[in-house]
Amino acid sequence: MTKPLPAKVAVAAPAHVRRPRVAVYKFASCDGCQLQFLAAIGNHPELLSKVDFVHFLEASRAVEPGPYDIGFVEGSVTTAHDAERIREIRRECRTLVTIGACATSGGIQALRNWGKIDEFVAAVYATPAFISTLATSTAIAEHVPVDFELRGCPIDTGQLVEILTALIVGRKPRVPSTSVCAECKAEGTVCVAVASGVPCLGPVTQAGCRAICPTHGRGCFGCFGPSDTPNLVSLNLHYEAAGVPRDDLHRLVHGVNAWAPPFRAEADRLAATPGVEEAAP
Amino acid sequence: MPTPVRQIGDRVILAPEALQRLIEVLALEYRVIGPTVADGAVVLRDLASADDLPTGWIDEQEGGHYRLHRDESAGPFDHVVGPHSLKNFLFPPREPIARFERVAGVWEECAPAAPERPLAVIGMRGCDLAALAIQDRVFLRGDSGEGEAIDPAYQRRRNGLFLVAVDCRRAAATCFCHSTGSGPAACSASAGRQADLALVDLGPGPTDRVAPGGGPRRYECRIGSARGAAVIDAIAADLPLWPSPPEDVAAAERVPVDLERAMWAREGSGGGPGRSLDMENIRDLLYSNLEHPRWLEVADRCLSCTNCTLVCPTCFCASVTEVADLSGDAVTRERHWASCFSLDHARMHGTSVRHTTASRYRQWLTHKLGGWIDQFGTSGCTGCGRCITWCPVGIDLTAEVAAIRETPAPSTGGVP
Repeated sequence: MTKPLPAKVAVAAPAHVRRPRVAVYKFASCDGCQLQFLAAIGNHPELLSKVDFVHFLEASRAVEPGPYDIGFVEGSVTTAHDAERIREIRRECRTLVTIGACATSGGIQALRNWGKIDEFVAAVYATPAFISTLATSTAIAEHVPVDFELRGCPIDTGQLVEILTALIVGRKPRVPSTSVCAECKAEGTVCVAVASGVPCLGPVTQAGCRAICPTHGRGCFGCFGPSDTPNLVSLNLHYEAAGVPRDDLHRLVHGVNAWAPPFRAEADRLAATPGVEEAAP
Repeated sequence: MPTPVRQIGDRVILAPEALQRLIEVLALEYRVIGPTVADGAVVLRDLASADDLPTGWIDEQEGGHYRLHRDESAGPFDHVVGPHSLKNFLFPPREPIARFERVAGVWEECAPAAPERPLAVIGMRGCDLAALAIQDRVFLRGDSGEGEAIDPAYQRRRNGLFLVAVDCRRAAATCFCHSTGSGPAACSASAGRQADLALVDLGPGPTDRVAPGGGPRRYECRIGSARGAAVIDAIAADLPLWPSPPEDVAAAERVPVDLERAMWAREGSGGGPGRSLDMENIRDLLYSNLEHPRWLEVADRCLSCTNCTLVCPTCFCASVTEVADLSGDAVTRERHWASCFSLDHARMHGTSVRHTTASRYRQWLTHKLGGWIDQFGTSGCTGCGRCITWCPVGIDLTAEVAAIRETPAPSTGGVP
């Protein structure tokens, strides 16, 4: 049973609009975020009638030339070639969206930024001379302007469909910038930090994952990166006072978003100052 | 319908089998919610039987700290409030409020979903009922000159709500309802705290009236409504129920009196143990200290994570968004919880007006304890202590208010 709205609200369906041409690119990454595209298409096959994936090597070898309406970039910049290629990509995409922890903060491979690249290369490769790489792994936004970031390791398929829907109709994507705590509370999940003493990065991490780790009794490890106003120092001082070893806290922030500025600063603070245990007489 | 045997104000003794029968009788008509243990805490969930109640569990609460401990002597209601409250059910975290579909180019509003089963909630305390009375003022505001403001979804659930109150027999270290006038007595006619049935756990004890063998726990039950009387009549159809003898009525009435005395006696400074909140002139105290350095100090600790507002049984902020599907031919208008601790909450024409955590904490506390009095004629705090326990770093509003009260630093600008 439906109730028609007043006639003046009735509008005709919009005239046929050209489907956006979409490109999906890979940099230094594990391909997991690209696989989320395939999962999203599996959940919403109608996506294929709304956009044209014309450059998406994870899905098809057939590539159409640019320019593209929307470019999604997975992965971080780790080579001089990457740094050049992302500039070309920026030029051929009207809207550029970075996806996942690698593209938005540098990824787990950004842990190299704290070490010596020559030592890593020598330890890993039989012929280090063949390796041409940068000393750092950095986020795409450190190289070119980015229109929107989708966080996560991997990204959430629901958020991916949301941003595609938003870009198709030309509205602002609705992606929360609050903490994971807001999602735990909305789900009715009991706080693992307060009720079980599990160190959880939820209070300083951006929502979007539907609090998947705390819902399964685990602490959040920050894969969606920092929330809009993160206070890592206060959180970790509290965990340390409750007996969590400083090494554990350092490992927690030294993860897939280690190079995100708030996490980076906290990792450096934890490494540079004595912990409660060491400071105790 | 048979003529009710019992009347409002009648009192009966319920044995454990009657508690089980109470759940069964309520389940005939209601979705029955009550306390149960899950994931290391006492939460509110659907109850299938009295066995689901948290019998034998005691909670330990402090700022940022909650643990359950096994205590074989503990009854089913010897815990105090956990992270959930009536708010989770009457004002759910997410709720569709309208849906529109485009059919042949014309937008039509879909008929609302079929009404849910009415709720019966067991085990509500003084602070829970105080919070309900406050939320009623927010969502069911009558016309007081500013126009009527009735939330239809809240009103529908509220009208169907059956409440079984239970008096607390102990207080957590985070409880301070005695100082906010919201407990510990569950019901108080003068304070607008009412329930259909009000139970007091008299504990295990020998009695020849209920259990000739002695021992089982007894609950002294006061009937608070005609619906409550009908439920007790239905229980009495299957089980013998005795009117409460005067000594049991006296024992039941002593429970909240003794607890309140104990809560005042343990009182220390703000920050506990023995927390209290001095409500005297609290609105003007906060309004005249808007530039107090304490706001910056608490901001160093505050995570702006939104937990305090989401566990608060009275915080009512929500945001409304239109959720369209990919076809563009269907849109759901959805209401979901929001919090003044998020940057987006105060975003307008492109920027947020509360960039700092200090400004957000001040907004929350001055609204909760000041602005509410102006808007709703009551403070928004019930002394339940949830915001203290479930703050990941244990920030304690009683300590924050006490600090401002001790060293007032009146600002010159006056109330904004």
